[in-house]
Amino acid sequence: MTGVATSKSSPWSWLTDPKRRGPLLVAPAIIVLFVMNIFPLLWSFGLSFFNYRANRLNVPEFVGLRNFERILTDDKVWDRFQTTALIVGSSVVLQLIIGFALAMLFAKHFPMRRMVMMLVLTPMMLSFVSVGVFFKFYYEPTFGLLSWVVNLFSDETFVLLATPAGAIAGIVLADAWMWSPFVMLLVLAGLVSVPKYLYEAAEIDRVSAWRRFRTITFPYIKSLLLLAVLFRTIETFKLFDIVYIITNGGPGSSTETIAVFVYRMAFQNFRTSQSAALGYIILFIVIVLTNLYLYSVNRRAEEEAL
Amino acid sequence: MARQREIGKAGWWHTLGATVIGLFYFFPVLWIILTAFKTRTDALAIPPKLFFTPTLENFKGVFFRSSVSGDSSEATNFGLYFFNSIFVAGTAVLIAVIIGTLAAYAFSRHPLRGNDTYLFIILTTRMMPPIVVIIPIFLMFRVTGLAGSYWGIILLYTAFNIPFSVWLVKSFFDELNPEIEDAARMDGSTDWRVFFGICLPQIVAGLAATFVFGLILTWNEFLFALLLTGVETRTVPVAMARTIGGEVGVDYGLLAAIVTLFLIPIFFVTFMLQNQLLRGVTFGTVKK
Repeated sequence: MTGVATSKSSPWSWLTDPKRRGPLLVAPAIIVLFVMNIFPLLWSFGLSFFNYRANRLNVPEFVGLRNFERILTDDKVWDRFQTTALIVGSSVVLQLIIGFALAMLFAKHFPMRRMVMMLVLTPMMLSFVSVGVFFKFYYEPTFGLLSWVVNLFSDETFVLLATPAGAIAGIVLADAWMWSPFVMLLVLAGLVSVPKYLYEAAEIDRVSAWRRFRTITFPYIKSLLLLAVLFRTIETFKLFDIVYIITNGGPGSSTETIAVFVYRMAFQNFRTSQSAALGYIILFIVIVLTNLYLYSVNRRAEEEAL
Repeated sequence: MARQREIGKAGWWHTLGATVIGLFYFFPVLWIILTAFKTRTDALAIPPKLFFTPTLENFKGVFFRSSVSGDSSEATNFGLYFFNSIFVAGTAVLIAVIIGTLAAYAFSRHPLRGNDTYLFIILTTRMMPPIVVIIPIFLMFRVTGLAGSYWGIILLYTAFNIPFSVWLVKSFFDELNPEIEDAARMDGSTDWRVFFGICLPQIVAGLAATFVFGLILTWNEFLFALLLTGVETRTVPVAMARTIGGEVGVDYGLLAAIVTLFLIPIFFVTFMLQNQLLRGVTFGTVKK
């Protein structure tokens, strides 16, 4: 009892009140995030209603929604969104296929499985810059490995990055190589959760391999596959470093993803307030996707609980 | 290991196939490492050389460049860049994990009003493209003079790691059995002691995993570092990108040596964290 009494009289008592414990513990995290994320975002929200260029000393001029109007009617912006969608779509599909195949390989035990799996998981842990360096080296027309392989079959010099389609393929290949192990991990998690007796029952009933997959395996991995697709879509949407290193958006602007486009707009052309407006449009898309992702995470948790 | 019992054993062909494909998948990394040990002519040889006399020239070249006049050699800045990468990532992640653990404990044990909303906002700050937030941060750093300083980039990386730390550490707290904590409280333990004496010791491995994951994410980060570090605070990824940006003949042997040095910590981490990898890369949203 005395303990309660003293703590009440102490000047710190309002702080140590159990009711305030939650907010107090969360405060440092929220403060840092506010200073470095939320406040800057509010700033750029304000900025998106002004005409402002960071390389000039002019006073920002209020222009209302004109920046958003310009961005949304700009053909270039739509073109870059299409490029991004193409790269994200093909890369995520490729990751699903490769990741799934890899998971099938590692779904069984064999000697040195842990070692071999570590080799496969390494790309995921590399920096985008390193992966960019790898593939730029392999795509090099004169001494790159890829050109060498192609030259075994044809005499022409093979320059993958010279055509828009080739450049996109080059980027997609690098990104898919890096992130397929991620899908593999998720699929493996699903495969492990399939009760073994279902397979044994299927064996007795002589069910075909395809039907076994469709009726037993797939239901167990489908929620994880959905998570993989959403997570990879959100992440690939940000694709910047690999493009910056391998093609720098070229040839022309054929591999310029929306992230590279915003970067150029903000830091090379200094259309600061317009890039802030475009940033907000991107942010909106990401918030929608993140919502979908968390929704699927929660639904999966509920399914597991049943 | 319950997991090991649930999956079957592979036959010989499966084992062979998996090993070959695993090696093939790793080949791009292996080839870069081999390139790092080649002379300039060997590195660019066509057909590619699988067997060659290894040399350490490239690794020497990362840190020392022979000056034009001849035999004396001067140090390059890469020593500094490696130090910067380690120092900046280490400090930022340490602060972020401490702050994140406190918040994670609150989110897990003392839910606030609107708990899920806070968690959602926190995750969104991590999911959004860095390019969106970098524009105002760039302006902010210019005004406050933080651009190019250690403090600026450390503060930014702390914020970058907090969402990830909160979510990941929360997933570890959520797995603990709260009855043990309740029992301790009944026995008269203060909340302080419950947190430090009972909760934290149970998740030490998880905290270590969070710290190391954060290190890797920060160690690999490029865009923030590109825009917000100066000559003195430059990190290795930025320095690598600048090396490749040189239009006149990129020295791939040298670049391969830098990448190889940059890889070493990553091999250790991937090996150590193999069982936590899935949880780490999904920020704790997928546990198993």
